[in-house]
Amino acid sequence: MYTNFIGEIITKIVKVGVIVFPGSNCDRDMFHVLTDVFHLNTQYFWHENGLPDNIDAVVLPGGFSYGDRLRAGVIAANSPVIDDVKKLANKGIPVLGVCNGFQILVESNLLPGVLLKNDTLNFMCQWTNLIVKNNKTSFTNKLLLNQKIPIPIANGEGRYYANSQLLDDLKKNNQIVFTYQNHVNGSAEQIAGVCNVDGNVVGMMPHPERATESLINPLDNKPSSLIFESLIDAIGVKN
Amino acid sequence: MSLQKHESSYIKNTIKRKLTKTELQIIAAEWSEHCSYKSSKKHLSILPTTGRNVIIEKGYDSGVLDVGDGYVVTVHIESHNHPSAVEPFGGAATGVGGVIRDILSAGTRPIAILDGLRFGNIENDTHARWLFKNAVSGIAYYGNCLGIPTIGGEVEFDDCYKNYALVDVAAIGFGKKDQLIKNHASKDDLVVLIGGPTGRDGVGGSQFASDSLENEDRSAVQIPDPFIEKLIIETILEARNEKCINAMKDLGGGGLSCAISETAESLGIGIELNVDSVHTRESGLSPDEIMTSESQERMLIITDKEKLPKLKQICDKFSVTCSIIGHVTEDKMMHVKNGSDTLALLPAEFVARAPLLDRKKIKPKYLKSIKKENKMEKTLDYSEIILKLLASPNITSKHWVFRQYDHEVGIRTVIKPGYDASVLRLDNGKFLSAKIDGNPKHCYLDPRHGAIGCFEEACRNVVCTGANPIGMVDHLQFGNPEDPEIFWTFMESLEGLAEYGKFLRVPCVGGKVSFYNETTLGPIKPTPLIGVLGIIDETPFLPTQPIDSDYLIIIGKTKDELGGSEYFEYTHKFIGGTCPCVDFKDSKINMQAVLSLIKNRLVKSVHDCSKGGFAIAVSELSIFGDIGCNVDIESMPTMENLSSEKILFSESHSRYLLVVAQKNLEYTKQFLSKKKTSFAVLGKFTGDQVNIMHKSKKLIKTTVDIMQKRYFNGLEDLLKHG
Repeated sequence: MYTNFIGEIITKIVKVGVIVFPGSNCDRDMFHVLTDVFHLNTQYFWHENGLPDNIDAVVLPGGFSYGDRLRAGVIAANSPVIDDVKKLANKGIPVLGVCNGFQILVESNLLPGVLLKNDTLNFMCQWTNLIVKNNKTSFTNKLLLNQKIPIPIANGEGRYYANSQLLDDLKKNNQIVFTYQNHVNGSAEQIAGVCNVDGNVVGMMPHPERATESLINPLDNKPSSLIFESLIDAIGVKN
Repeated sequence: MSLQKHESSYIKNTIKRKLTKTELQIIAAEWSEHCSYKSSKKHLSILPTTGRNVIIEKGYDSGVLDVGDGYVVTVHIESHNHPSAVEPFGGAATGVGGVIRDILSAGTRPIAILDGLRFGNIENDTHARWLFKNAVSGIAYYGNCLGIPTIGGEVEFDDCYKNYALVDVAAIGFGKKDQLIKNHASKDDLVVLIGGPTGRDGVGGSQFASDSLENEDRSAVQIPDPFIEKLIIETILEARNEKCINAMKDLGGGGLSCAISETAESLGIGIELNVDSVHTRESGLSPDEIMTSESQERMLIITDKEKLPKLKQICDKFSVTCSIIGHVTEDKMMHVKNGSDTLALLPAEFVARAPLLDRKKIKPKYLKSIKKENKMEKTLDYSEIILKLLASPNITSKHWVFRQYDHEVGIRTVIKPGYDASVLRLDNGKFLSAKIDGNPKHCYLDPRHGAIGCFEEACRNVVCTGANPIGMVDHLQFGNPEDPEIFWTFMESLEGLAEYGKFLRVPCVGGKVSFYNETTLGPIKPTPLIGVLGIIDETPFLPTQPIDSDYLIIIGKTKDELGGSEYFEYTHKFIGGTCPCVDFKDSKINMQAVLSLIKNRLVKSVHDCSKGGFAIAVSELSIFGDIGCNVDIESMPTMENLSSEKILFSESHSRYLLVVAQKNLEYTKQFLSKKKTSFAVLGKFTGDQVNIMHKSKKLIKTTVDIMQKRYFNGLEDLLKHG
């Protein structure tokens, strides 16, 4: 039993796993936010080690797994830990992939579509606004539909692409989770994040872990915080 | 081979035998200007290096500053000019890699990168544009992959860098004081090489960098692999946590030759190594190539037999190759073997300490002939001048550059790039402010006052964030030191920096000297680059934008100092005149006044007045604040009666622009009077136009909207056309 960040008494000890691949570089940032900001019991899992069954949520952080060799995310997607992630995802456990984590989820077919080089042909690090398009997922249930989230992106291959058939399916199944408010990098339908059909696996290019603390967020840190509070709600930390 | 006559005779007299081929290669690498500092070393001791926060340990390549609560910050600066001029992408990328390993070798995690980039005139020189674009891509490629934010820097263009490039990279590290590597070694300890394989890239790189750039020796440029560097960082930090490391050094210029001899010399030990044991990228590498290759992403670690299994286990975890290449001896010799054959056997101290030189210095003739200030043709349309300057390569927004760098990763970046200095949060609740500054245009006209100006400007930028400067690093870049005129400019800059550092009590905690920055077209202008770190002990100052009816105050005197200004050089294509000169007393008074105002939150924001002078500084406030202003420069504090153009564009130092809310105006004025600063209330923010008056004449009238367009599109418009 312990007290969470808003003073509620928590009876269930949850465990969030942050998976670390060679070349992950946002793992420590994600860990900091999960533990120090949202007081979740968080543990790193090195890619070679399996994931335990009793884990409550999985996060694939950003970075350059395997140095983006061949194609961003493709080598990590074929590493053994992904089999465990798939098992957990199929059980309905919330899985979040951020930036390179999103690329890995796409490459491992946990999420549909592909991520291509930005239309600027450059790495882009800047603040953008997201619009919430699906507030029923494990990571958006505390957000309002069409709510604006100021958040930074930092990627070279963040342009979401899907053919028209797939885009139709995504819309039909309500799998578009976030779009950019403005044209940012040439993404199809300005898509910034998608989910699986069940809504427990979410991938997004922008970095929520860089936006939840007011000190480093020059705009508004509350909307991004709601992404993590949604997770807390989804895994039943609340009384 | 670049051994000189006196060096050959010194070798003959000391070693008393003919050197082997390998020994000659080792000596040539280690005694290159790049590694040995033989021209500058005698003089560098005039810089102040001690202070309240400075921690000095043997064998560190980076400076270490105590930031309290058991934490330290490390800092270092390096350049990669010759390689970047030949192959800008790889040269700039490996420049980042090298300085990161210097930070790592103290046992601290790299947390930030700053870079200073200088190229020829990109407005008309497509080669300069190519160099610039690719150097930026190289830095982005490397730093982004490592997950180390590039939080700031500067970009400058000048004809003196035609066909050349200055790529300076400063890196900052952070760690616990009790986890610093205390370099030590004893007999039979093991010498381990970890990281990427040794290849033929970068062979003789340090000698290549110790001569003027006349041919493009691509094999002397190293090939970057940031993924391996990232794995090395994590390997080393885990090995540090497990206490597997007795001593450590990164492999940079001079490769193994340099790392082995310098480590042995600084620890007072001998090292016997076998080139046979070094893991290589390809077969058939000669021992001499192995000893002088500058392949990147390699670290030398000294460990002992008990700690070795743990170290190997950590290397295995990260798939980092490690080879035991030798062991520590007591004889203080550097002993290089290939199998059972001895290839080199020399006293480590002899190798590591090249005979130092006394270079001649003569005041350059050009300083006498440099044009005295001409009467500029009367230009009355200052509005048009301002708009052109806002879009000019040296002043225009550099977001095209810094948005290609991940400047947020690590979630420490409180004040992001694009303003004065950047601010990072540290784990002990304090904040670190960092900035690098150079100004070759000023330094060319007056190497001493130009260098002091760069130092003061970096301090000023740090002060604008509310931080107290605690340490500086310098990177002194000049042409061929064998030319007495160039050596004079080096000495002048160095003496200036020492003088100001002593006065301000800001110690020099690290630095580098880079000579031979010249091409067949001639030497570069003197380009000392200064990095300053500052500490904020409490809540960081988060500036807010001016709103309607906020006041504009200037602190500091404007003087008749248009020499080297963007107004002279860009607008009038004129090189000459009097370069700005820092008044030490005013410098300190103004800094202290600004720091107190920020501490008491009497100001909404503070902006430093530098390139482009007052006119550009006030424009930037309006551009960022998205609000116009009405300003009258009649009351501007000046030394003498100055013309409008001098007030607008002089780049005098020690000046700050303050944005003050109406309710704080009276108190702020009283405070500044009490502190005996020169200051004036120049006007108010309002509307959507920037209006600047002088003696009832409207000098500048333009809209914020047009200024923003010029300022934010300047660079992209230029680069769009290839």
